[in-house]
Amino acid sequence: MLNPDSVGRTFAGTDVITISQSEVDAFCAVINETDKTIAPPTFTIRITLTQFEAILTQPEIGLDWARLVHGDQKFEIFSPVKAGDALTCAATIESYRVAAGNEIVSVRSDLHRGSELVISSWATLVVRA
Amino acid sequence: MGNSSGARMIEVGTELPEKVFFLDRALLKQYADASGDQNPIHQNEEFALSVGLPNVIAHGMLTMALVGKYVSDFAGGSSNVLEFGARFTKPVVVPAGEKVDLTVSATVSEVVDGKVSLTLSATSAGVKVLGMAKAVLKK
Repeated sequence: MLNPDSVGRTFAGTDVITISQSEVDAFCAVINETDKTIAPPTFTIRITLTQFEAILTQPEIGLDWARLVHGDQKFEIFSPVKAGDALTCAATIESYRVAAGNEIVSVRSDLHRGSELVISSWATLVVRA
Repeated sequence: MGNSSGARMIEVGTELPEKVFFLDRALLKQYADASGDQNPIHQNEEFALSVGLPNVIAHGMLTMALVGKYVSDFAGGSSNVLEFGARFTKPVVVPAGEKVDLTVSATVSEVVDGKVSLTLSATSAGVKVLGMAKAVLKK
């Protein structure tokens, strides 16, 4: 079970993540995107899901990642991501509830390039009973 | 999307042409590597069955990435996509040796302040796989 005290807390990612051209190329190849100068709209899930996993499975938070299902996902893109961008990720646990034994967690991720907010994204993650 | 003569009319209710993508196990592996999501439910049939799934299922985010390609193409490039969201309502089931469809279409739901909103539809084998799917584009 998720520790309810963690709701409303923001966790700063520790590392600066530099996007490589090969990462963008690999993502573009899956969807046959020929313009590799810009990362596709959902590319940054590659960063944010990893960050969510690292944060939410910390012992004091306690989410069981193995039983996790992705409920929904939304992106707001203020500035498209490109290879060479150095991004930091901050994740906020926005809400948490239990329904029929399922744990439902809403998390927001804010990706910054320096001080500029480039992408906010929201995910609802469901831990099945 | 331009405004030159010959550009298509974009107004509320405009229906975009349908596009069909195909998913197979190789694409799921390729997406697992590209996204970093190596959850075995997307690659290992025995594991998927053991956790109560009907078969290997596609990553919801792979479905969304393909719909995102549809959106980017209409928008004239990924840089014109401002918002994109969806709910994962049903999994896309991908049996071994098969290619399954992901059929995508959209309707213009709003045109305001230089932005175009799309309501998106995504089905596989006739089953709706995304709900509340919406994108907002720079006009």
